[in-house]
This record gives sequence, structure tokens and C-alpha cells, in this order.
Amino acid sequence: MKILVCISKVPDTTAKISFTDNNTAFNTSGVQFIMNPYDEWYALVRAVELTEDGKGETTVINVGPAANDAIIRKGLAIGADKAVRVDAEPKSTHQVAEEIANYAKDKGFDLILTGKETIDYNGSELGAMVAEMLDQPYVSYATHMEVEGTTASIKRDIEGGVELLEVDLPAVVSAAKGMAEQRIPNMRGIMMAKRKPLETVPASAGAEHVAVKSYELPAAKGSVNLIDAENMDELVRLLHEEAKVI
Amino acid sequence: MAVLVFAETAKNSFKKTALEAVTYGAKAAASLGTECIALVIGDADNPAQLGAYGASKVLHVGGVAAFDSQVYATAVAEAAKQTGASLVVMSHSSTGKSILGRIGVKLDAGTVPGVNSLPSGSAGSMTFGKPVFSGKAFAQVEVSSPIAVVSVMGNTLPPENTGGDAPVEAVSYTLPAAKIRVKSVERVEGITPLPEAELVVSAGRGVKDPGNWGIIEQLADTLHATTACSRPVADAGWRPHHEHVGQTGVAIRPNLYIAIGISGAIQHLAGVNNSKTIVVINKDPEAPFFKAADYGVVGDLFDVVPKLTEAIQKYQAQH
Repeated sequence: MKILVCISKVPDTTAKISFTDNNTAFNTSGVQFIMNPYDEWYALVRAVELTEDGKGETTVINVGPAANDAIIRKGLAIGADKAVRVDAEPKSTHQVAEEIANYAKDKGFDLILTGKETIDYNGSELGAMVAEMLDQPYVSYATHMEVEGTTASIKRDIEGGVELLEVDLPAVVSAAKGMAEQRIPNMRGIMMAKRKPLETVPASAGAEHVAVKSYELPAAKGSVNLIDAENMDELVRLLHEEAKVI
Repeated sequence: MAVLVFAETAKNSFKKTALEAVTYGAKAAASLGTECIALVIGDADNPAQLGAYGASKVLHVGGVAAFDSQVYATAVAEAAKQTGASLVVMSHSSTGKSILGRIGVKLDAGTVPGVNSLPSGSAGSMTFGKPVFSGKAFAQVEVSSPIAVVSVMGNTLPPENTGGDAPVEAVSYTLPAAKIRVKSVERVEGITPLPEAELVVSAGRGVKDPGNWGIIEQLADTLHATTACSRPVADAGWRPHHEHVGQTGVAIRPNLYIAIGISGAIQHLAGVNNSKTIVVINKDPEAPFFKAADYGVVGDLFDVVPKLTEAIQKYQAQH
């Protein structure tokens, strides 16, 4: 089985978010970047579980500049067999999807996995776009997946419940919490990652239809209104009369 | 030119988020000087009721059973072409997110997932606001293609029922064969799912033991609120993973979020800080969550929470 895992580079979850250039660009100064947790913890680890010990091959793909190689090597250290970086500055999900679909279209992957969303733009649309470009089925929010022949059995989260389904491969699947357990790369993995192939391919995507015009930070909250622990009637009154939420 | 809204159903009824999407579409249509047309896929009870939320017409595609993104996205894209839509709207739900990108590719249209404001501008240059960085910031995103496709974040606009029915027109499109076979759907009955909940009671490690969860549930039941938890509580297996709110869990924006025994780590705040009103109950006056709260109670949760439940019961008895 051949699996392609799409990995994205995002600011660390504890990063302080600020903007530059008159609030038109994310301020990367002092920000630590990491592999998107959903891509790493769930999509990549499940792919490795399904292909390790000679059962198949996992390739990680990232669209980005050479500076992303550190994150790609981490993917190899976790257990991917090889890596591809499309040499382009990522500007939109559509562009990234097009680069991934262009790379994947003649490679015969049985599964393409992504995290359920990135923690920076939270778009959750990459998988659907790649699937459409390749004319494949797409299953989002998978929390459990087993593969038998050319069929994947998947459990997925829906609002207030769980859906159990089967999908014909090849398919695109986005992974959510529950799909796998996070793996910390060990020393052997890190050493082996240095010798695994990392191929760079040129950009090929076309024009874009969306652009971020500006960013803003949420208005600062006023100071908290502290209520005496013995006076919960007052809290209820404020929630009703002032906040008007009950 | 029109605004097309895909109104999602669950067990044949329209979800609250679907009614919100129709209200959003009707308001966007009014500002664009056009009409709002709703699209319903599969069995639905009384599609005409969408007229009450601002749809001038309802297109109904019958004969589609379980959800498959290829089938649904094709139906929405075909309806958009048929109606000449310049804006296509859906809920930012598990279904909406599974088809938004597909529809954008099919229509060669720009997509904006998770908008939380009405569009400004006009077709060919429409701008939408949306939360980014897991709620730590907002962005204005411009769509330059003739068609824009967006999903609307829950609780962006309340559904507005102004009464009246819309004419329903049965339509049929050439749809691809489903490659997904849904075996079963299990829903938790009687509880509003977290992303749609207006009132949320959430608790963290301060509760100390899963056996102590009763007081949290009593408060939630009294308020008819949905329960949630912080990441350590979900990771410890005290509560199911789908209740975990925060940056790596579910991002929510209810009207009221009551955080009990949660210190307020930045990753937790990211998933909840767009809530309209935040109440924090914590015995540590230095807990960072108090800085993000509207109302705070410094005290032992085992003492404060039952008193709050009692106060709410008293208030409910009087109103």
C-alpha cells in the first residue's frame, strides 16, 4: 500500500500572534514553527502504522521553501519512508492542494491523508480540494481507520455523534484525534531520517481567487467582574440582565 | 445572479446551523440586491419552511441517501450553475467542510471556510471576515472570482423566523455514484452538539476525579447546557474526546461559556475565547483564565458550583 501524507508548517500552539506591514502579514519574528499537530500526531502516525514492517510505503509531502526541510525530516524520523517538497511559497489552500494533486496524480497512491485542519488558518478544506482535483472520494474527521484490500473502514466524528462507513480506495481522508497515538522520534529514527530521500519538485499551480486583505487581533477584554462566591444569585442576575445570555 | 444556500438536514429536520445559513444567505442577498435560493438534498420534513428564514424558493434534490462529498458537492455545484449564483453558502459543519473545497474546485471559485460576517463589496470582489489562528485573530479575506463559496461559523447570526413558506421545486441533476457506504450513524440523543450549543459548561483538572463530574452535569442539566472539558481531562479518559474544547479539540463560540477548574492555558483559550460571555470559577485568583473572563468567581468549585446550580433553579422558578 502506498500512502501520501500532506504535512503543513504552522506556528507553535503557544506562539504569540501579531501582525506587521500595517496588519497585512503575520509577524514571524520570534515564532517557533512546528509540524501541524493533526498532520503529525494522527495522519502521519496512522500512515506509518499501516505501512511499516514492509507492509507498504509512506511519503510525506510539503509545499514550502527550503526552510521547511527541518519539519519534513521530522516526518521521516517519525517513520515516513521518503519525502517530497514542492518548492513554492504557500499562499492559499487551493494553491497547496493543486501542487499536491499535480504531484500525486500519476503516482498511484492508495490513500492520501491530511490532518483535519491546520491550527493557523483552520480552513479544513485541503483534503476536499485534493480529492476533487483527483476525482476521488473524501472522508473528513476520521477517528479510526482500518484498510482491507481496496476498502477502508472508517469511523468519523459528526456533530453530536459518530458515523461508521466504508470507502473504496483510492481516497483522501482527513485525520482527527483518536486515529493514532502521538509518536516521539527516537535517536535511531532521527539518524535514519538523514539518509532517507527528500526530493524537491518545482511549483506548477495556477492563479488564485482568494487573498487575505488584513488581520486584526480581538478587542481586549475589560477587566473581569469578580463575584463573591457566597452570592451566586448576583451572578445569575448579571447573566440575565447584563450579559442577557440566560 | 443569486445567493444559493445549501440547507443541511439531520434525520430529515433542518439543523439550527442550516437555518442560520439561510438567514445569512437572505441578508447577503438583500445587500447584493438579489434573491436567496435554498437547496435541500435528500429527505427533509417541510422544505417550504425555509421561506420563513428568507429563502424566496427551495430547490429539492430527492433520492439521495447517505452523505458522500462527491455526490453532495456535485448537486450544490449544479444548483449554483442553474441559478447563476454569485455566492454559495453552507454551514461550517462536518458536512459543509467536506464539500466546500470540492465545490470551489468545480466552480473555479474562491472559497472562504468559517466566515463570521456578512460580505462587503460585490461579485468579483467580495470580502468576508473570519477567525484565524484558532480564534486568536481575525482576517478579512477577499474573493476575486465571479463566484464565492463560503461556510458560515455557527452562532454568527441567530436564525430569524419571519413566517411564511417558500415554493418548493423538485430538481434532479446527474450525480456520480457514491463511493462511500455509510454503515451506521450513532447520535447522542437529547444533547445539543458542542459546535451548535449556545450554553456550555466546561470543567478541567480542578474537578480532581471523574467521580466528581456529577456537580458539573447537574449545573449543565439545570441550564440545558452542553458539557465540555479541557484537554488533560479528555487525555486522562475522564470524558470522551469529542467533549475536548480548545486549539487541538473543538473550537466553539457559544453565548455563555462557564469554565470550572480550568486554569486557562493559551491552547484552551484559543478554542473558546470567541464565546460571547465567559464565566470562570477557580480557586486560584492568579489563574490566567480570569484575564479572558467577563465574570469570575474565586472559590472552591465543590462549594461554588452547587450554589450556582441552586441560584439558577431559584431564578428559573421565578421566571
